[in-house]
Amino acid sequence: MALEDLQHNFLTGRLEDLVRWARRASVWPATFGLACCAIEMMASGAADFDLARFGMEVFRNSPRQADLMIVAGRVSQKMAPVLRQVYDQMMEPKWVLSMGVCASTGGLFNNYAIVQGVDQIVPVDVYAPGCPPSPETLMHAILTLHEQIRTGEIMKRRATGNPVHLDHAESPWTPEVPVAVRLGTPK
Amino acid sequence: MELPADAPAVITADALRADLGCFPTREQYHDLVAAFKADGFEVCADLCAVDYLEHADRALPEGVTPTRFEVVVNLLSMSRRERVRIRVQAGDVEPEVDSLFDLYPGSEAMEREAFDLLGVIFRSHPDLTRILMPEDWEGHPLRKDYGTGRVPVQFKEAPGPR
Amino acid sequence: MSEPTVRTAERLEALTAETSEGPQELQRREATPASELGREVGSVVRIDDTPFNPDDVDYERADDETMIINMGPSHPSTHGVLRIMLELDGEIVLRAKPVIGYLHTGMEKTGEMLSYVQGATNVTRMDYLSPIINELSYSMAVEALLGIEVPERAVWIRMMMSELNRISSHLVWMATNGMDLGSTSMMIYGFRERELILAFFEKTAGLRLNLNYVRPGGVAADLPDGWEDDVEVICDTIYERTFEYDELLTGQPIFRQRMVGVAPISAEEALALGVTGPLLRSTGVPWDLRRTMPYLAYDQVDFDVIVGTYGDNFDRYAIRLNEIRESVRIIRQCLERMPAGDYRSQDPKVTPPPRARIGESMEALIHHFKLFTEGFHVPAGEVYSAVESPRGEHGCYIVSDGGPKPYRLHVRAPSFVNLQAIPLLMRGASMADAITVISTVDPIMGEVDR
Repeated sequence: MALEDLQHNFLTGRLEDLVRWARRASVWPATFGLACCAIEMMASGAADFDLARFGMEVFRNSPRQADLMIVAGRVSQKMAPVLRQVYDQMMEPKWVLSMGVCASTGGLFNNYAIVQGVDQIVPVDVYAPGCPPSPETLMHAILTLHEQIRTGEIMKRRATGNPVHLDHAESPWTPEVPVAVRLGTPK
Repeated sequence: MELPADAPAVITADALRADLGCFPTREQYHDLVAAFKADGFEVCADLCAVDYLEHADRALPEGVTPTRFEVVVNLLSMSRRERVRIRVQAGDVEPEVDSLFDLYPGSEAMEREAFDLLGVIFRSHPDLTRILMPEDWEGHPLRKDYGTGRVPVQFKEAPGPR
Repeated sequence: MSEPTVRTAERLEALTAETSEGPQELQRREATPASELGREVGSVVRIDDTPFNPDDVDYERADDETMIINMGPSHPSTHGVLRIMLELDGEIVLRAKPVIGYLHTGMEKTGEMLSYVQGATNVTRMDYLSPIINELSYSMAVEALLGIEVPERAVWIRMMMSELNRISSHLVWMATNGMDLGSTSMMIYGFRERELILAFFEKTAGLRLNLNYVRPGGVAADLPDGWEDDVEVICDTIYERTFEYDELLTGQPIFRQRMVGVAPISAEEALALGVTGPLLRSTGVPWDLRRTMPYLAYDQVDFDVIVGTYGDNFDRYAIRLNEIRESVRIIRQCLERMPAGDYRSQDPKVTPPPRARIGESMEALIHHFKLFTEGFHVPAGEVYSAVESPRGEHGCYIVSDGGPKPYRLHVRAPSFVNLQAIPLLMRGASMADAITVISTVDPIMGEVDR
């Protein structure tokens, strides 16, 4: 049977592209609000900024239904094991967005209580700068992540490797360097 | 402002800026607070501890022997719209004062915080455990001999796997 | 000529003729019994005042029937990273214990490392819903130690900004409280109105949150051109919208069922626990630091302290809603009476020289450099300053040893103290009410853990 005989319109594409397209358009974040950034994350989801435009308004309360963990705020030493557990509970494929300087590097609080960068605990895909990042910055980070998903590997397991705390420096795991993707930036 | 009539012997200092300051000894402390409470100070607004490790010779009213740790209590009287600050010299090595839990139940969390961060022991506190730090944490972070725990900032690429 | 085939309820056979199964049980409406009609109203299960009495609950039972569950620290309705251990007997909460520290940031330690100039950046991140209030209590403490006067305009700017901040904080509370009770529209509305205020903050201070706007000696920048119009619009819009919230929530039966009479606290209990803010005022104690121990220029403006009667969830809601209106009133007065003059103290000790002088004078350059690297020295002493935050008494205790950094910085966080009321409020409440208790106590974990 030739394609012309079919009665419906259709699209062809590689399976990988379709999977990437579907994944990119329905990234559901887990609610993992910690501090100031969580307020901005909520504001992004609300009326003025409206994350629903990117298919992301469904903040899942259960990590098992979420694809993306937005680490919004400073991670204390007491919270770190909890964060790792929530990450482990998420299903593959999963991504992590480190929102704000506190989550990315410890920021202003370079002291005993704060984990200096959440990438010591979980592999991070995109870092959003700012203290706190405005909703626009968060959305830019999210679009960057979408672009990564659209161009990335589909079979890769995100949680492989063994992220460890700084104390175990001999571990072979290296934090992933995010692919620099420029989006919407004029050349 | 006058001291309550049945207050135990205390030393007051007028030099303090805002409010009346009292410097009871550790033995007088609980009785003094009880006298203030009976006198109309309904609320224990704040309780914290200070580590004066580097200032053993600080200026205090005459007759007060400075110790390393000091417990500072802020009482508030809503009926008279007044505040009073009580500073107890808590001790050098193992600071220990009476708990105010029987007078002001609201001081429970604040005393736990002072114990957690500065290691001040409050006698007859119902549940003197760590409140902010993890249970298995060692040391008391707000003490002056406890390091800040700074991690040096790396401005260039990390040399290898970290 | 046959009858016109009008399908009306009067001609039931016309309605049912086309089906092959006859009229089934469809009857005329007037023939429907009242019990059937009741079902049409909806499927809300109505339980009239149940015989449940919290005093009947056996709190001390020691059998294995009770269950201990953990709520949090990553839970959508604990407002951050609060963890609560609940002992349940079925649906009834027997005991609750809040476990905190999951956001402990060591801010008091960091505050000892930063100079007085930098300190405001640190404290503003404590209570992230009311940054201005944090900076205000810190700045007032530093100013009391320095003994400097703040110009009148700065005082009024501070007052206006703290009231705007109070509104934005209460709006977030309205939003999240609505979310916890299942009113998702309130969530959207609350954040929508808040954006108005944040846009003004961004215009004035450059940031939406964590402004670092109030600094020792005054404020960081003068109000932008045309601020009167912006503030006017904010006042008008928000005042009008509060009545929309009234319509949406206040009279709504489901909302009232979950708020009225739930989790009451008495004035004696509140005072013993040291709670302040709306939680204390809901019990009928008219204690508002703005009125009872006035700071800034609150003794010169006209506003009411909102007080509740029963100390239940609904009182706490009503107080916050009405405080938005009172804040609008204060802002309107600030708008009318904003004095002219400097927006920060001209004391060269705390204020850098103007930009134009730096280019001309070496001394000014050195002074500027010293101020921002070493900071200014503050006379030795200790001070406690308190302001009324949206959550209660926000105090700042600073010990200075005469150097450029505070020797000890302690913040009396209202949420930290208010959190102690949670076990009391939850006792004997049902599991669903536990959510509303957390919501109406309104703890901000950044401030609780510091």
